[in-house]
Amino acid sequence: MKQVKAVSLISGGLDSMLAAKVVLDQGVHVEGINFYTGFCVEGHTHAIRRQDQNKQKRNNALWVAEQLGIKLHIVDIIEEYKDVVINPKHGYGANLNPCLDCKVFMVNKAREWMLENGFDFIITGEVIGQRPMSQRRDTMRIVSRDSGADDVLLRPLCAKTLVPTLPERAGWVDREKLYGFNGRGRKPQIELARRFGFEDFAQPAGGCCFLTDESYARKLADLWRARGSKIYELDDIMLLKVGRHIRPQPHYKLIIAREAGETQFLMGYRKAYTHLFPVSHGGPLTLVDGQVDATDLQLAARIVARFSQGRDADQVDIALVEHGEQRVITVTPLRAEELPQEWYL
Amino acid sequence: MNEETLDVRGLLCPMPVIRTQNRVKTLAAGQRLEVVGSDPGMLSDIPAWCRINGHRLLDSRRDGGNIVVVLEVGANG
Ligand code: SF4
Repeated sequence: MKQVKAVSLISGGLDSMLAAKVVLDQGVHVEGINFYTGFCVEGHTHAIRRQDQNKQKRNNALWVAEQLGIKLHIVDIIEEYKDVVINPKHGYGANLNPCLDCKVFMVNKAREWMLENGFDFIITGEVIGQRPMSQRRDTMRIVSRDSGADDVLLRPLCAKTLVPTLPERAGWVDREKLYGFNGRGRKPQIELARRFGFEDFAQPAGGCCFLTDESYARKLADLWRARGSKIYELDDIMLLKVGRHIRPQPHYKLIIAREAGETQFLMGYRKAYTHLFPVSHGGPLTLVDGQVDATDLQLAARIVARFSQGRDADQVDIALVEHGEQRVITVTPLRAEELPQEWYL
Repeated sequence: MNEETLDVRGLLCPMPVIRTQNRVKTLAAGQRLEVVGSDPGMLSDIPAWCRINGHRLLDSRRDGGNIVVVLEVGANG
């Protein structure tokens, strides 16, 4: 008999790990696929904040693949994914998370990969009722249909509550050994993880990406408003994860590092942005996003001074680098009452 | 020695892993690839990726401000 092969969507979380394992244990050859959208919680945020630098850093998707003993293919979908975020046919969830369109997109990508690589079916860790938008009986049907995967999409964790798919009917997997989880609860997953002996697995709250994060979504919405259209580059969405964002005027905002790790991170962007940093006192690197004039820069410098160690000093010298040219201006730090709460994004 | 270099400085994980993966696809078994980047996450992610996909890690180190990882492409990568 030919070796049956399945490609399993691996997010790095527990559910997709369990789903892959259930099928792997039935003798199917499984390989993992992981999509990098630019918004993923994985990876780089650890690199940014210095206080995390001594903590064990790991990419959860890679970790899962290693635990399972399967190969993992990581696919960069940053460009194509923009359309999903910008124009989701099915709209957004609680924040700017286009979960349903996202799932359709990813399953479709997995389907293309499956065809290119001669695999037989696709596995996801979806559970009916687990997520309000993308994991309901009706929306899961949309995922199957709109992704074109239909009959070759197997959801091992809730398959028993769904119509049998091709892998089940063809006898590639034994439906009896699949599961019928449903609802928001996590107990059955935790219990199954224990049975498989999985420890130390990641349990992302809210979701697998920053778009479900309220404060992140607020900053992205602000960016779109300021630009007058829903566009973004990878740098933009990376920078939304870092620093304090302060918008004193609609046409510009400041990104102020909160600690040394963030300063380090922002350093990587300083060539592309007008930036400021205190020279007479210690303090954060600050990027300016937007077109600014001398008055704006004066205010920006006073704000930077406010976040420097010279916040209580009469005067602080701030270096200002514009188009590669550096000059130093001396300013009075902005007083707390001069910095309205509404400027904070 | 047949060693190629890949520059991923300025990129944050998992991009260095993705670039490494895509470059390795174009190489033959036994060939070596030196990856130079700046994200310390590379020190755990690229070795993990090598273990998973059957490539041999020859070196991984900090080198001044850079991170350098050297690998040898495995037989069924
Ligand atoms: S949380 Fe983010 S990555 Fe996960 S399904 Fe929703 S939009 Fe997609």
